[in-house]
Amino acid sequence: MERLTPQAIIDSFGKELGDGFVGGSVYECEVAVKKNKFRSLWVEVKKSAFRDAVEHICHLQEYPHLAIISSSDLGAEVELIYHFTIYYGRHLEELSLGLRVKLPKSDLKIPTITDFIPGALFTERETQEMMGVEVVGIPDKRRLFLPEDFPEGAYPWRKDEKGPPNDMLRVLPGREPK
Amino acid sequence: MTLEETKKATYTIPVGPIHPALKEPIRLALSVDGEEIVDVDIFAGQVHRGIEWLGMNRNNPIQSIYLAERICGICNICHPFSFVMAVEHATGITPPARAEYIRTIIAEMERIHSHLLWAGVAAHEIGFDTVFYLAWRVREEIMDLIEYVTGNRVTKAMFQIGGVRRDITEEQFPRIRQSLDYYKSLFGQLKRVFLDDRTIRMRTKNVGILKREDALKLLTVGPTARASGVPKDVRQDQPYGAYADLDIKAMTPDMVTGTIVGDVYDRIIVRLLEVKQAIEIIEQCLEKMPPGPILAQPKIALLLKTLTQAEGEGIGRAEAPRGEVIHYVRLEAGQSTLATWKVRAPTYVNLMAVPTILKGMQIADVPITFASIDPCMSCTNRTVVTDRATGRKSVVDCEELHRLSVEKTKELPR
Repeated sequence: MERLTPQAIIDSFGKELGDGFVGGSVYECEVAVKKNKFRSLWVEVKKSAFRDAVEHICHLQEYPHLAIISSSDLGAEVELIYHFTIYYGRHLEELSLGLRVKLPKSDLKIPTITDFIPGALFTERETQEMMGVEVVGIPDKRRLFLPEDFPEGAYPWRKDEKGPPNDMLRVLPGREPK
Repeated sequence: MTLEETKKATYTIPVGPIHPALKEPIRLALSVDGEEIVDVDIFAGQVHRGIEWLGMNRNNPIQSIYLAERICGICNICHPFSFVMAVEHATGITPPARAEYIRTIIAEMERIHSHLLWAGVAAHEIGFDTVFYLAWRVREEIMDLIEYVTGNRVTKAMFQIGGVRRDITEEQFPRIRQSLDYYKSLFGQLKRVFLDDRTIRMRTKNVGILKREDALKLLTVGPTARASGVPKDVRQDQPYGAYADLDIKAMTPDMVTGTIVGDVYDRIIVRLLEVKQAIEIIEQCLEKMPPGPILAQPKIALLLKTLTQAEGEGIGRAEAPRGEVIHYVRLEAGQSTLATWKVRAPTYVNLMAVPTILKGMQIADVPITFASIDPCMSCTNRTVVTDRATGRKSVVDCEELHRLSVEKTKELPR
């Protein structure tokens, strides 16, 4: 498969997704003595174009590696970043690609990508239980890490009223409760 | 084949949360038909300590380095390594080149000790305790070296955002080289023991096969993926640390055998080759280490101020002994803690492959097969066997399951 430059990859998202593409950037920094460049790409897409974007990544790289989904509570919305790596297996050619999608808190739903990448199941289950984002069509809805007696409707990574209840938090001696 | 399709009575054997093949608690529910495993389900979370939550709600980023170090007792270099890289990428701090070399040397020392530890555990799992003693005896040398260089055997506290906290000086080089020579002189013997021994070959060849395609689909990393023929290694693929200056090649089993099977034996080969590779990397780093400072910002108070004012996000990826570790960090201006911190350890993804690896295997092969992905989880001592037909429960303790595995070794045709 032809290998694109980082900027060409971002442009290809714009071409492929049209309106669904929000923006993209390339981060570079020099490493050690020879100053080879560490490169990571950040691409933001609209929720409606999310599955198309993942499909596009599958075209860039057969079996893209999905490292993890990270999620941030930004107040009015929740931001999910799917951390992919592509072009692995060759000396210093790998690129990290963060696919960013923002969901309003009124509609915390994201379609599953386990049909493209079966190994995404664990991280989708974790995102579901920790952030309260419903993964539509997930083949296994159970919790992954949280115990069965953890209260329903509380999500540890949320920073609003749906975060972990206060009585579950232990305040260290000499500290004020948040 | 699902449970419903099986006509014969099927047993479910929960292995764990506490179990000898696991270094940390996890529960596997094995559905077995006779001796054969037909289905596997995984229950994780018994040691979820909410470390990311602490980093997002309680600690400042510098405190979180030491928390990251305590995510795992064995790979306590790769987590702070990835973490400081993620923060450096988020803030634009560049560590001095000498610090990159020191980080790499320590990370490779960790790989040697972790792979030797694994080799011992794997030998123990098949009841070959002589090799277990040998491997752990040999491992002591690297532990002494780690203590000599960092001051500690386990948590080394070497990392700081923008560099490392301790230098490796010229006077220390001869002592380091002495240990490396010790391992080089031993390598032939280790290779003979692990690759040529009949018992080990019989217990590990064609056991726990993971095909290349499954390894890719299930996102496996590290030696588990490489043994299946996926040449994926962060040290080779993406520039970080001193690896960016060196010519690293991902180790795959065909370098020794000429073929790739993806079984437990292949995973042994990959780890053995990586011990040798680690020695070579340390030697190259000692040779090429540039002079200069080891910290970008030696004043902690100023560094903390920079971190509090910084705004940005970054990822750090490092190749741990078990595979790729990735940390994602997001910093917001004016916030003393991290805004978001996500950690992914290699076992997280390698666990996805466990059902595939175990299906079709025998119960006695579970310890060595499960241990072959080198799961970073803890130690156990009992298993409950439920007879689905009668609902009768009986407890098989650690010794019992281990005995099954030892017996299988003894029963091998000589």
